[in-house]
Amino acid sequence: MSAKTLYDKLFDSHVVTEENGTALIYIDRHLVHEVTSPQAFEGLRLAGRKPWRKDSIVATADHNTPTNGWEKGLDGIADPISRIQIETLDSNIKEFGAKAYFPFMDKGQGIVHVMGPEQGATLPGMTVVCGDSHTSTHGAFGALAHGIGTSEVEHVMATQCLVQKKSKSMLVRVDGKLGKGVTAKDVALAIIGKIGTAGGTGYAIEFGGSVIRALTMEGRMTLCNMAIEAGARAGMVAVDDATINYVKGRPYAPKADQWAAAVAYWRTLVSDDGAEFDATVVLNGDDIQPQVTWGTSPEMVVGIDGMVPDPANESDATKKGSMERALQYMGLQANTPMNEISIDKVFIGSCTNSRIEDLRAAASVAKGKKIAGTVKLALVVPGSGLVKAQAEAEGLDKVFKEAGFEWREPGCSMCLAMNADRLESGERCASTSNRNFEGRQGLGGRTHLVSPEMAAAAAIAGHFVDVRSFN
Amino acid sequence: MQAFTQLNGLVVPLDRANVDTDAIIPKQFLKSIKRSGFGPNAFDEWRYLEHGEPGMDNSKRKINPDFVLNQARYQGASVLLARENFGCGSSREHAPWALEDYGFRVIIAPSFADIFFNNCFKNGMLPIVLSADDVDALFEETEASEGYKLNIDLSEQSITSPSGKSYKFDVDAFRKHCLLNGLDDIGLTMQHQDAIKAFETKHKAVQPWLFN
Repeated sequence: MSAKTLYDKLFDSHVVTEENGTALIYIDRHLVHEVTSPQAFEGLRLAGRKPWRKDSIVATADHNTPTNGWEKGLDGIADPISRIQIETLDSNIKEFGAKAYFPFMDKGQGIVHVMGPEQGATLPGMTVVCGDSHTSTHGAFGALAHGIGTSEVEHVMATQCLVQKKSKSMLVRVDGKLGKGVTAKDVALAIIGKIGTAGGTGYAIEFGGSVIRALTMEGRMTLCNMAIEAGARAGMVAVDDATINYVKGRPYAPKADQWAAAVAYWRTLVSDDGAEFDATVVLNGDDIQPQVTWGTSPEMVVGIDGMVPDPANESDATKKGSMERALQYMGLQANTPMNEISIDKVFIGSCTNSRIEDLRAAASVAKGKKIAGTVKLALVVPGSGLVKAQAEAEGLDKVFKEAGFEWREPGCSMCLAMNADRLESGERCASTSNRNFEGRQGLGGRTHLVSPEMAAAAAIAGHFVDVRSFN
Repeated sequence: MQAFTQLNGLVVPLDRANVDTDAIIPKQFLKSIKRSGFGPNAFDEWRYLEHGEPGMDNSKRKINPDFVLNQARYQGASVLLARENFGCGSSREHAPWALEDYGFRVIIAPSFADIFFNNCFKNGMLPIVLSADDVDALFEETEASEGYKLNIDLSEQSITSPSGKSYKFDVDAFRKHCLLNGLDDIGLTMQHQDAIKAFETKHKAVQPWLFN
């Protein structure tokens, strides 16, 4: 038998039927949130269909939920249409059923990509889908995880399957060792900077190499989360001890009687020696600096020691046009050193960087310091109710509050600004989220993507600063 | 799903790379629980000069005269000509819903983001990949000639320009079949329910913990 990649193993073990390269693949876990599901449930209702396996569904409300005013309950949701969407999820789950549901303000509520893994609802070897592009996050567990559209949400609910063509495979290998203050977020941005936002289009990416093996599960989730920002629908990391130790004991993880068999199976979820990839990209971890984006696409990124690039040096006309447009939108001059760019707001949160380890890292930078007087707002939004409770048990909330940060309730928040947390036009933000698109964090808002440590350091300094030499 | 067979449509050129789904339909419009009515807010932040919110009367908003979709010569366009990595970012199907509701049935670009590309087919829209050189040529011709239309024939997998030049394109056979016949994926998949049940039994034997 020929050597298989991890992706081959995951894909092939879920093929129900295959004809002319188009396969039906079976879906083990379906994560559901309020924004991309109402039309799918409505479709089932209109067709008189039921979910094929309601026990595959795990749901929560995250995109629209407010991050303050929880004492007012649903009345605290200022926007009536946000409230309707959250209530619609409640009624749909009640009508159609689910394995688990963490509604608005439940202690388990959180960003769907934080909640799934922490509940053990994401397991190695699974196929995981969700009507959200950042579903790639779950690939950190040696799972095949895709974002899907709402028509596919309905399709998976009705049939437990997804129509798929097998992607090409790409290995992104990060060798060496990361320096102090350099994180999984910086690795993700450095990869996107190297291959571009379309570099992974048509591929499933496996992240490997010594740097990846040394990452915690939180770090691997951050990395796989941003696979979609490189254009790949799925990113994944092979199973090892870190994976298994993370899963053990979680609420929906296999119990004692099945644990040994599950672990034995999961241990096979690695690319075989000699497995061939359609493409391989290699980076050296020792060369990666803390990254800061300067433009309106995640590929517009440089190290903190760098400068805003000059479009005059770009020969490709389309790229040059994009750069000029980005600089105009971002209100930046070419050749400005990154560490001279001042910020107005800070956002620490999102499915990329809102897990306990992210909050610990940011708190360690903020501890005993105060945010700069020029920073109007610095938000810390934990990824879930459980992350929030853990952080509070460790006293991280106090560290943030004493430094002048606002400590909020969990949700997607200012990553996409569907709730009340947003940038005003022209405001510049150091953000631990995943997208710096025009208007993403609010109309006219200017987003710079960074790691939690870099965001905390920027909050204190009032401008971007190299966290490696910051004290 | 509406079928797509053939279209002779006015072309509008959107000369930007990496157009993301946040730009195609901004987040405030994702709060709807319906799948229709997004057209007036397609490209909202580029199309209007003031901030838009759901429920506004869009006919009374100030439009941005510089945005290509607002130019008189492109009114009624049903073919969107775009640049590389069109539809990147979020998986929101509201993006193809908005483009379809606006009146687009075909999008031509050198490359598309995967999820967006896939979502188009679920909504009776045809995304077509042509080489960067061919797309360049179409941009030049569209901009040079007012009323420029392309004839797109899915069964022939061809695009014909007013001068008679023909461009062939690839399309996955299964997607083509569904689009030509307006077939609903769910109905097709349900024809395999015995195979799905059989797979499920086998899968449960290998990984019983997935069915706890």
